[in-house]
Amino acid sequence: MESNFEALAEAWPRILDGLWITLQLTLGGALLAMVIAVVLGLGSRLHNIVLRGLCRAIMEFFRGTSLVVQLFFFFFVLPQLGLALPAMVCGILGLGLNYGAYAAEVVRGSINSVPTGQWEATTALSMSKSQQMIRVIFPQAWALMIPSLTNYLIHMLKGTAIVSFITLADLTYHTEQLREQTDTFFAYGVSLVIYFVIAYILTLIMNALEVRAKHRLGRGESLREALTPKTPETAAAEGGRKA
Amino acid sequence: MPTTTDPHAAAGDGTAAAVPAIRFENVEKRFGDNVVLKDLNFEVAKGDRVTLIGPSGSGKTTILRLVMTLESLSDGYIYIDGEPLTHELRDGKRVARSEKAQKQIRKRIGMVFQQFNLFPNMTVLENIIEAPVHVLGQSKAEATKRAMELLESVGLPGKANAHPLQLSGGQQQRVAIARALAMDPDILLLDEVTSALDPEIVGEVLGILRHIAETTDITMLIVTHEMQFARDVSNRVMMFDGGRVVEEATPDVMFTNPQHERTQAFLHAVLGSGDGHIGTH
Repeated sequence: MESNFEALAEAWPRILDGLWITLQLTLGGALLAMVIAVVLGLGSRLHNIVLRGLCRAIMEFFRGTSLVVQLFFFFFVLPQLGLALPAMVCGILGLGLNYGAYAAEVVRGSINSVPTGQWEATTALSMSKSQQMIRVIFPQAWALMIPSLTNYLIHMLKGTAIVSFITLADLTYHTEQLREQTDTFFAYGVSLVIYFVIAYILTLIMNALEVRAKHRLGRGESLREALTPKTPETAAAEGGRKA
Repeated sequence: MPTTTDPHAAAGDGTAAAVPAIRFENVEKRFGDNVVLKDLNFEVAKGDRVTLIGPSGSGKTTILRLVMTLESLSDGYIYIDGEPLTHELRDGKRVARSEKAQKQIRKRIGMVFQQFNLFPNMTVLENIIEAPVHVLGQSKAEATKRAMELLESVGLPGKANAHPLQLSGGQQQRVAIARALAMDPDILLLDEVTSALDPEIVGEVLGILRHIAETTDITMLIVTHEMQFARDVSNRVMMFDGGRVVEEATPDVMFTNPQHERTQAFLHAVLGSGDGHIGTH
């Protein structure tokens, strides 16, 4: 056991490097995925059949092909076509396109879930199409889409593990290195814990975003209230208010 | 390029006859095979308060929604101040008008909905100034000043920073009325504005609408089940059934001496038993 922890202490700086790569991929991929999700999600609601068809086709293509193959394509095939991209860029591109295609469906569905009365009110106020979307519909759809987006974000974090196939030394790669000096159980155990902690932090952040988004729609407590620890006295006071 | 002649302009008799605020010409509305409105023709003069009554499914609400361009016209034309709203007759053909042209006309029309439809992502004040600032281009200060006056006039001066969902139904509807008025509409469409409210709150909302009717010259097209309100506010009542105007009269005549059998039956059912009349206060 002693040697396990010694090996971990020795490998720790490299594991942190790997963690940094994993975080870059997750956050970069998430940002790109969000942009793609919004573009494709909005695009798949257009009246113009050509643009709508194009958006749907892109969505279906990236949802329907393997992420590993997409990464290989970006990393090994594109250079042959004269476009050599750094491994990190390939990783973010692959993750962003793949998960963006999934999340596009979430964006589209959430926008469609905003009550028709809201759209009608924007028409009655003569708002333009972009004002409708940006100022009224999207802010309401946003609160609806966060839980599903959280799911995809966690999926993506775990999905980053395959980038070691395209030479990136991420958390999983360095765990593998660690395993050579320690028990298999120990190395993978460390890795599980680190992934879990990051996933949990991301979930907490997304939950906070959801609380805030709902509060802005006049539903539920504010983030500050949600974060304030409830002592028996404040809880009682709250109960008293409600009663 | 030959100049197109507008047959309606030519039919103006050359006199200064007032152009109606709203004119329906051979309007037809179908939902699939279901014909809701057929060959509908009527006019609403400027400043008129017209109430549409009739059984549900008679097409009353559809008429308001067509004027607000929430539904598309299957055939025919709607004119607002003499200007075609969604379609026009050009070179003998019925063609759709551009979105830009429609928007110019739409700005003069306001609507209050049964379900209020306030924006939950904005405060009460933001709801009211949203369109004046972003559609009409008013300054925020100017729009806010007017919004506060309107909130005052609908009896909610302290609620500017409240969220719509914190308000009662009656309060929400009053904010929705203020929001519609903030656009200074020439035409106001009221679509069963009290149907979603508790009976004891109906009165406060109707009181505000009565006040607006008395103090402005906004043209109003009203769909309501509140016959007393219809009688107080409107100067004309149109009875609809099966997508057609069955009878049209002043409220006094309509509610005390309806001519058409269908109107008599409808009013009898709506006003309950008794003589089918409603009092004049």
